[in-house]
Amino acid sequence: MDVQTHSGNVVMNTATMAYRNLLKTVHNPDRFMDVIIQPILFMMMFGYLFGGAIAGNVQAYLPTIVPGILAQTMLSAASGSGSQLREDLDSGIFDRFKSLPMAHIAPLAGQLFADSLRLVIAAITSLTTGFLMGWRPAAGFGWVLVCGLLAIFTGWALSWVFALLGLLAKQATTVQSFSLITMLVLSFVSNAFVPLKSLSKPLRVLAELNPVTYVITAIRQILATGGWTRESLLVLVAGVIIVLVFAPLAVWAYDRN
Amino acid sequence: MSQENAIEVRHLTKRFGTNLAVADVSFDVHQGEVFGLLGPNGAGKTTTLRMITTLLKPDAGQVKIFGHDTATEGRLARSLFGLTGQYASVDEDISARENLMIFARLNGLSRADAKARTAELLAEFSLEHSADKALKHFSGGMRRRLDLAVSLITRPALIFLDEPTTGLDPRTRTQMWTTIRGLVAQGSTIVLTTQYLEEADQLADRLAVIDHGKLVKMGTPAELKRQVGGTVLTFTVNQAEQVKAAQTVLAQQGVGTGQLTGSQLSVTLARPAQLTSILEKLAQAQVAISHLTVNEPSLDDAFMALTVGQN
Repeated sequence: MDVQTHSGNVVMNTATMAYRNLLKTVHNPDRFMDVIIQPILFMMMFGYLFGGAIAGNVQAYLPTIVPGILAQTMLSAASGSGSQLREDLDSGIFDRFKSLPMAHIAPLAGQLFADSLRLVIAAITSLTTGFLMGWRPAAGFGWVLVCGLLAIFTGWALSWVFALLGLLAKQATTVQSFSLITMLVLSFVSNAFVPLKSLSKPLRVLAELNPVTYVITAIRQILATGGWTRESLLVLVAGVIIVLVFAPLAVWAYDRN
Repeated sequence: MSQENAIEVRHLTKRFGTNLAVADVSFDVHQGEVFGLLGPNGAGKTTTLRMITTLLKPDAGQVKIFGHDTATEGRLARSLFGLTGQYASVDEDISARENLMIFARLNGLSRADAKARTAELLAEFSLEHSADKALKHFSGGMRRRLDLAVSLITRPALIFLDEPTTGLDPRTRTQMWTTIRGLVAQGSTIVLTTQYLEEADQLADRLAVIDHGKLVKMGTPAELKRQVGGTVLTFTVNQAEQVKAAQTVLAQQGVGTGQLTGSQLSVTLARPAQLTSILEKLAQAQVAISHLTVNEPSLDDAFMALTVGQN
């Protein structure tokens, strides 16, 4: 054996896997279409259709809907990780990954790091669409950036949950339909589009328990006050906990496959 | 553990629900040989291979690769072999060069080494012209070649090929055989599964026939053929009234009176050497014969005799 090899380390393996996933995306830019079209479409549809009814006019509705669509888009982009992983598993390429002397978390982490590019694009699209529709948050650009990053991190943390789902499910279509339903329920039964006080009591309790509500509230508070709040810290900590719990679970499910 | 064994499989067992997919399979693969796992569809070949290559956890049993137990030294064992799966395990969306680069890096090669090895393999497998095209535009044969090239990045001494030519046209299959023989010439040990008897006959030094999850027979292709019976001699007696005389000659030679179909006789010979004396005696008895054929049993016959029914 005259090829020099060294036992790969986790960071390098993950970087290579992330590079692989990025290359796949570069060769197939249409993988980004969903995270670009969806926020534009939803922002315009909801803004122009319901803006008048809910907030009096479109302009007044934007501070409500922009964080709402941002959170919804993150959730939707994160849910894509599961079906992508499932497709890879079904294609047989993961057999090769598994037979390689590399860290078992690398294929998963690589996928999720590459997926964070989807999240970044989705966040930029959401915020830009809002801006073009006349949204001008008082807190200024710096805090908008903070909100964007917080949303991206939350989405990334959630993508581990969907990754676990993808690894446990039998088929990619199961993952897709389950992800879609989760995304719809979580984003609509929340404060994303309507004020909570307009909801009936039972629905309101559900919406208040919904983690998406917390994320949206945190973002709105940052944008309204121009400062870091207790709510945003809570979201950040929750995100870290989700990663700490679901990343090992995903590796376990991967090994089990 | 003897040094000459590349693989030692002991009492390997796997159950899927109530279905016993692999039942107590044990065998050794010697260094430098081509070892074939032969069996009908669903016999348990791939399951066995997946357990040996650590892709599937056995319910019971032990596998050692170059002396390393795959259960306790999985990562080390994995670094000692290359695997080409049944389904092309390369990335469809990216180019051949990118595939090789990524897998070289994942195998722990430095960027420069990975680049050099990629160029080498592209040349070796005649993929240079399509190196930068996405795999979507590849033919089945090119894809398999790339798949094999990826398994050879680290020049492993042991290579697993799961049905390497399934779905390939005859020409591409022959090319693949040439490639595999080339690897053997370089001293690699190869384990392949196949459902094509011709392929097993052409390539394998030793075969294990697997049926219903059990190892039913092991030996060289020649040994397996011999088990089904010896050489078959068939001839036609020109004049129908001489058939009796011919049968008498055969009986005297100790091969029985043979099977008679019309005026055609066929007998199984214990030794090919019996052929000369039979023909001699027939000539002496003035029995005129024609349409003489001598058939060695094929691996097909051996396979049919060894395996039973649908899996």
